[in-house]
Amino acid sequence: MIRTLFAASLLAAATPAAAQHADHTGHTGHMGHAMPASDAAPSCTPEHAAMGHCKPAPAAAAPVRPAVDPSCPPEHAAMGHCEPTAPSSSGAVPTPPAPPSAGPSAAASSGPEYAADGVWGADVMAPVRKAVYTEHGAFRGSKLLIDRLEHRSVDGRDGYAWEGEGWYGGDYDRLWVKTEGEGGFGGAIESAEVQALWSRAIGPWFNLQTGLRYDFRPRPDRAHLAMGVQGLAPYWFEVDVAAFLSDRGDLTARLEAEYDQRITNRLILQPSAEIELSAQNVPSVGISAGLSTIEAGLRLRYEVVPEFAPYLGLEYERAFGKTADSRRADGEKADSLAFVIGLRAWF
Amino acid sequence: MTHMTMRRRGVLRAGAAGLLGLGVQSIFPAWAHSGSHGLRAELPTLTGQDIRLRIAHDMFKVGGRAGHAITINGVLPAPLIRLREGQNVRLHVENALDEDTSIHWHGLILPFHMDGVPGISFPGIKPGTTFTYEFPVKQSGTYWYHSHSGLQEQIGHYGPLVIDPAGAEPAPYDREHVIVLSDWTFLHPHQVMVKLKQKGGYFNRQKQTLLDGTMTAAERANWGRMRMDPADIADVNGSTYSFLINGHGPAENWTGLFRPGERVRLRFINASAMTIFNIRIPGLPMTVVQADGQHVRPVETDEFQISVAETYDVIVTPTADQAFALIAETIDRSGMARATLAPRLGMVAPVPALRPRPTLSMRDMGMGGMDMGGGGTCAPEHAAMGHCTPGQPAAAMQHSMRDKASVPASVDVGVGVDMIAPMPVDRTGDRPLGLEKEPHRVLTYHDLAPLVPFHDTRPPARSVDIHLTGNMERFMWSLDGRKMNEGAEPIRFERNERVRVNLINNSMMNHPIHIHGHFFELVTGQAHGHPVKHTVNVMPGGKASFDLTADAPGDWAFHCHLLYHMHAGMMNVVKVRPLDDGGAA
Ligand SMILES: [Cu+2]
Repeated sequence: MIRTLFAASLLAAATPAAAQHADHTGHTGHMGHAMPASDAAPSCTPEHAAMGHCKPAPAAAAPVRPAVDPSCPPEHAAMGHCEPTAPSSSGAVPTPPAPPSAGPSAAASSGPEYAADGVWGADVMAPVRKAVYTEHGAFRGSKLLIDRLEHRSVDGRDGYAWEGEGWYGGDYDRLWVKTEGEGGFGGAIESAEVQALWSRAIGPWFNLQTGLRYDFRPRPDRAHLAMGVQGLAPYWFEVDVAAFLSDRGDLTARLEAEYDQRITNRLILQPSAEIELSAQNVPSVGISAGLSTIEAGLRLRYEVVPEFAPYLGLEYERAFGKTADSRRADGEKADSLAFVIGLRAWF
Repeated sequence: MTHMTMRRRGVLRAGAAGLLGLGVQSIFPAWAHSGSHGLRAELPTLTGQDIRLRIAHDMFKVGGRAGHAITINGVLPAPLIRLREGQNVRLHVENALDEDTSIHWHGLILPFHMDGVPGISFPGIKPGTTFTYEFPVKQSGTYWYHSHSGLQEQIGHYGPLVIDPAGAEPAPYDREHVIVLSDWTFLHPHQVMVKLKQKGGYFNRQKQTLLDGTMTAAERANWGRMRMDPADIADVNGSTYSFLINGHGPAENWTGLFRPGERVRLRFINASAMTIFNIRIPGLPMTVVQADGQHVRPVETDEFQISVAETYDVIVTPTADQAFALIAETIDRSGMARATLAPRLGMVAPVPALRPRPTLSMRDMGMGGMDMGGGGTCAPEHAAMGHCTPGQPAAAMQHSMRDKASVPASVDVGVGVDMIAPMPVDRTGDRPLGLEKEPHRVLTYHDLAPLVPFHDTRPPARSVDIHLTGNMERFMWSLDGRKMNEGAEPIRFERNERVRVNLINNSMMNHPIHIHGHFFELVTGQAHGHPVKHTVNVMPGGKASFDLTADAPGDWAFHCHLLYHMHAGMMNVVKVRPLDDGGAA
């Protein structure tokens, strides 16, 4: 049942358009067919109009009176002094060929590079110029995002989990810090990690992130080299894919994806998934080679303001293979479903 | 508190009258009638040979809330400067701030070193000093002035500038009102910038949702694949802005008076940092007589869009003894500025509701005139063009939205460029974004004809392409893919050369592009001639070309006039050389 629910949510995420009506009334895809009458092309063809895709160009209603005879201004016409002549032609004229694309002449590069230096002095202008060039484009900023700070209840047992990240830097290079973890109330923290990464923009939507990850829990604690790609995939999926090489030589990987489905501009349904993989058995922390765990979440949040959004939802987790065996050996179940209530905030 | 009260009184006294009658009947809540701040019938006007301006920190109040502002001579907007063509003017600007400031005279033809752009034309005005601008006034028309330092313009550093012609006025009028449109936010401008960088589309609270039903599944999928939102119309908008007319919020209802039958000239100036407005006066047709300070053949319309930094003069002739609402609705319909034209104070006209917000079309994504909506079925004429197969959904967006081969190698298609318009077309004849389907007349650039032909009739000898580029998610903006701080090669023109500049918008946003120190002829291809402008709004995914005579030697700023686009890097320098006529440079 739970699996069905989750599958449905994943499906909804994968086809963000699911559940939209496909009626054509008021749909905007045929903008090109409803161009104003002043446009030369009669873009609303009768068959489109018939389909309700567009309105035939309202030839009578739309045109702006193109121009008034300058020899007969409106106030004179109004007084009956003259009769404005209709504009001879308001249409396009045959366009002469466009001039060739060419670079500037030698003369255009002559003289001083900075004209203002000759008026105000180079020593006065230089620092201001530097500041102004920097001001237009250079950016330094930061963001701290508490993506999840939540209370989880699983079969009557209560626990908590957090996931957050922060960055500082410019458009291309940022120091990126990530942390996540969870535990049960009254018990020890089950897992807790921090990553410190250098994030480099490698495309309009993606960042390459390399650095260190440190696991405080589970014991024994471990350090990793981390390398991953984080960004925005087509269809608005937020993805974070990373590989980790531990100080003991173990190679693991983590794939995360989430999607914000706006139900309204404040109410947002967020399906998410996280997959942990391992290249080898790591018995010390109970991980086996291959697929070790899958987590899938479905959270419904309400953005009181964009920066502050409480949510509630479900989080399903399942361990596989020897990872599951090791959990059973510890008296845990291989899978669990948690009801979560939490807060997403950033500033 | 004391300071604020004093300031308000000062402002009141400075104004001609506490215009907003407290007894105004309207739908607005009581607090909106407080009428306590900056309420004045006329903007304070400064004229003559010597004009003194003092730039200082101040408080500004709108909607019952006070915030930090920068004002000039204690008022917001700054005083109306009224000059006469042919005079000389000295403008003494005192900087009472604790940071550098500047004034740029937007649209004025003057020596480059008086243009007022720090680091390009002059060193800026240091705190505690007075700088004197001096230049001959060579033109007439409606202009404005504003800071070119940091983000000062956002918090009040702007004002109107009107120059009366030396000779007869080609568009005579009985009465005039200056209408300064602007946007105000209580969020610190640097915070606005940070929010834009922290979260793409942060200020947009009218995004596409599951429930709004305006798009088909296929359309949603198309937009999703591109990681673009068709409702992404304005980066900063009504979710934080109050929209002002002459410094007044909509509820304060600035009122301009007329006597029925008068020809009333309205000088619209869009002094906003980020807001493009749609202007209409329900029930009153407007005759456009000037654009960007340049006379155009009178053309009547019911609505026009005014992009940031543009000016339009219109003449209206209200004959009835009634009030008219002057509505300046934002391009994304997230709010409006509103004023009233009335025969007497205290009258109001019905205020129309905000119209539904527009969405971008494939044409706005640079798909030319093609129908690639994807939601509909395959129309016969499309099938004939091989765009789709009859009976199948129309093939959608098979074009790459970021094909580097579509732009010359000189364009840096990197992190800061999320889109290359596949088939950009000239959109100067298109109705502005969101007004495509209005049943009434809507002005387009094609409707503008110069009253007198441009003085230079030579055809351009060469053309230069400039690509307008950006990344919506990262809020990076640039020209040819390079932010100004990344060392973009300046744009070089030979003195007096005639050159065609093609602006190609590789983004899904409007960009009002402004060149300092020059007017250009906007190439519309219309038989009635090409309008002369200093700022052109380049529509999303479209093109606009202008012919320029590079007759002003010196270094000039060239940039998008959306303040945060410019600040993010969408700016460059135009260099016109040689500086001297044949002499030693
Ligand atoms: Cu821009």
